[in-house]
Formats: sequence, structure tokens, C-alpha cells
Amino acid sequence: MSATAMIWRMASFAVAAGFVGLWQLIANLKLVSPVFLPGPDRAWTALVRGFASGDLASKLVGTLEHMAYGWLAASIAGIALGALIGSSRLMRTYIAPSLEFLRPLPVSAIIPVAIALFGLTEGMALFVIAFGAIWPIMLATIHGFAAVEPRLYEVARALQMSRPAVVFKIALPSALPDILAGMRLSLTVALILSVVCEVLAGLDGLGHWVLLSARAFRSADLFAGVILLGAMGYVTSVAMSLAERRLLAWQSMR
Amino acid sequence: MSLARTKPLLLPLAALLAFELWIRLAHLQSDSLAPPSAVLAALVAALADLTIPIATRDTLLAAFAGLAIGSIIGLGLGIAFGVSSMLDRLMEVTVEAIRPIPSIALLPIALIALGFGYRMEIVIVTFACVWPMLILSRTAVRGIEPRLMEVSRALRLTPVQRTIKIIIPAALPRIFVAFRLSAGIALIVAVTVEIAINPLGLGAGIMLAQQALRPDLMLAYLVWIGAIGYGLNLALIVVQHRLFGRAATAGAGS
Repeated sequence: MSATAMIWRMASFAVAAGFVGLWQLIANLKLVSPVFLPGPDRAWTALVRGFASGDLASKLVGTLEHMAYGWLAASIAGIALGALIGSSRLMRTYIAPSLEFLRPLPVSAIIPVAIALFGLTEGMALFVIAFGAIWPIMLATIHGFAAVEPRLYEVARALQMSRPAVVFKIALPSALPDILAGMRLSLTVALILSVVCEVLAGLDGLGHWVLLSARAFRSADLFAGVILLGAMGYVTSVAMSLAERRLLAWQSMR
Repeated sequence: MSLARTKPLLLPLAALLAFELWIRLAHLQSDSLAPPSAVLAALVAALADLTIPIATRDTLLAAFAGLAIGSIIGLGLGIAFGVSSMLDRLMEVTVEAIRPIPSIALLPIALIALGFGYRMEIVIVTFACVWPMLILSRTAVRGIEPRLMEVSRALRLTPVQRTIKIIIPAALPRIFVAFRLSAGIALIVAVTVEIAINPLGLGAGIMLAQQALRPDLMLAYLVWIGAIGYGLNLALIVVQHRLFGRAATAGAGS
């Protein structure tokens, strides 16, 4: 990073700190009732206290688990199904349009159906998160497979490669940017659905924590939970960017 | 041509038929599943007695109000950040710190501050709609042909005139794409908030149908919500083609 970029970055942090200061000022002057808006100091204390007692940490792990299991299941199933559909023209004509039709469906609408099928259980949460997260990945995989340079397939035919070999050596690597973009989108969906499922089913996690804090009007705990959720969203998206850069490094060399 | 068009319909029709037959033949009595014919009947009945139309109105009202407010805020900030790179750099940390907070995490805060009802839902939808608008309109403004900006300087336009006469028209196709994206998000967030907690609209309707052990009505709501999502997306794509032609859809994804 160059010197000017460093200075800009620091100035940017200073502006953010200014906003936090403003928030503190508003809270201190009680412009907004402290029942709704705790100052950053109180939110921070609640965060530290929550972690010290181990409560918040276990909730954080709970949400992370819901999100990670659902997302991983969706990734595996989405890439597998997407590869299956995308690599066959027959399936593309018959199945892909139905999938496109389902794409704009607000996935949270599946929650009541899942509750009716599985009850208020961890299995329900897993199903909902995986169901919601699978679409972006599967559709991106189908799209990636459909957009493979046709000459590569000709090469594969000339080399008499088997179908699995074509999928693993040609189609998957060239569809990788699409697939990773889909997985990144799914990560956000998985986090949101984890929180919603925890709110609805009372499962152990940050969603449940923030709801309980709100019901008890413990606004400092509530803000601590929301800050943690924001941090989770940020960290997972940064991790995904790093993974993308790592996995796609070979592409920029061309 | 007609054959090619019917092909994609075969799979869903066959699936529905198989589902219907399976339930009829197995004499399935279930709290979670209903044959498609019963779902259709429930949908027609709920449309006729106005429960679904009223719920639709509530949901769309909240979604569109949030969409309108969020779009205006996002557009304003996006244009400001796009025009002034200084402002953009200074706000970077603040924006990147707030953006990853999942919109649904704000639900408890909105709940204790505003209570149940439209206002709380609108606030959450607004928050969700600001970000795609901000990010995409910022990119759109930065992508404006630099000569247009030179012209505006040569004409000595005031910042307001420059925004209205040069920036918005030049960036409009891409801003509309952002708007279409936000509209989808608005509907998803509105339904999700209703399912999670707010006793309003389609989301509350589908939860109520589930709790009343009416799988036919629940699935009818699901089908209807899907149809609304699909219809909204389709309508906006048609508008986009009408207004901007094919140029706008290039690079916008589908």
C-alpha cells in the first residue's frame, strides 16, 4: 500500500471513529431513549461481559455452525446438481427453465413448509438454510458449464476423454469463477436464514440471543449481538474474497 | 417452435401429476403436504374471499415503501460517492463496517424501537435496499464518459444541474438494473420479516396457515408468493427492455 493510500485509509478510520463518537454523544445526551439506543461504551461492555461469561461465544458458535453446515451442504449439492444439469443438453432444456422460474422465489417462504415437515428442530434449520443457499450455487454452476469455451469440448473429444474427466478437467475449472461468485452470494443468504431460523425455532444462536435481549429490553446486549452478526458477515465475506483470489490465481496469469 | 416452448413445461407438469397421484393413491393424511388440486382450490378460495389480496397489498405496500426510501437514500449516497472520490475514500470504512450487517439482524432493534407494524418492516426493507443501490449507482456514476463531465464543467453547470442533466441520465440504465435488484431484495426481506415476527401480509398469512394445520392453504400461499416474485421480476425486466433496449441488459446478468 502506498503512502497516500495509507493516509486515506487512516482518514477513513478517523471518520468512522467520528461517527462512533457522535453515537456516544447522542447516547450520553439521551437524545434517543437509552432503552432503545445504548452508547457504544455500553454495547462494548455488554460484548466483553458476554464473552467473559461464555454465553455469547456459545451463541456465536451456534450461528456459525448453522450457517456453515447449511452452506457446505448447499455447496456440495449445488455444484453436483449444477454439474449434472449443466453438462447435459437434454437436462438443460427440460430442467433449467423450471429452476429459473424458482429463482425469484423469496426462499424464506419455505420456512413454514419446513416447520410443518420437520418441526422446530435443528433439522428444519439445516433444510431451510441449505435450500436457500443452493439456488445461487446451482444456477451459477449451470451457467458456468453452459458458458465453457466450445473448443475445449472439441479438444476433449479429440483426446477421447471420458465424461467425468471432461467435467473435472475442463468444465469445473472453467466454471470456477461463476461457482465461487454463487457461493459468495449463498454465504449471505445462509447467514440471514440462520438468524431467521434461530428467531423462529429458538435454536441456540445469535438470532435467538438478539430476540431475547429485545424482549427483555436489554438494548446493550442486543447491540452487542448485532455488532457480532455484522462482524460475522464481514469476516466471512473477506475470507471468501481471499479464497477466491487464491483459487482463481491461475486465471489472471493467462 | 411450439414444441421447443412446451419442453420446459413437461417436467413441472409431470412432477405435479406424480405428486397428485402419489398422495391420492397412498391416501396420505398429512399436516404438511396436500395434493396440487387441493392447493389450487385453496388458492382460488383465498383469492375469492380476499385474504390473499389483502395480505398481498400489505406486503407490497411495506416492500415498495422501503424500496422507495432505500433507493432514494442509496442513489443519493451513490451519486455523491461516485462524483467525489474524496468523500468515497473518507466513508469507506464506515460503509464497509455497516454494510455486512444482515438486514434481518436489525429486526429486534426495529421491534423495540417501533413495535409491530408497517414502520418496523419498512425500516428493515429500507436498510436492505440502500446497499445495492449505493454500490451499483456509485459504479455507474464512475463509469460515465469523462467527456460528459468536461462538457458540464465547460457549461458551468451547478452541481444540482449537473446531477439532474448529466449524471442521472447517463447512468440511468445501470441505476435501473440496481433498482430491479433492490426490488427483488425488498420483496424477500418483507416476506422474511413477516414470517419471522411481524403479524402482517403474506408472510404472516403463510405462518398462520401452517399453525392452523392447513397444508393446502400454506402451499397456496407459497405458490402465490413465488408467483408475485416471478411477476415482479418479469415486469421490471419488461420495463427495462422498453426503456433502455438491449443495451441495458448487457453485463447486468439475468
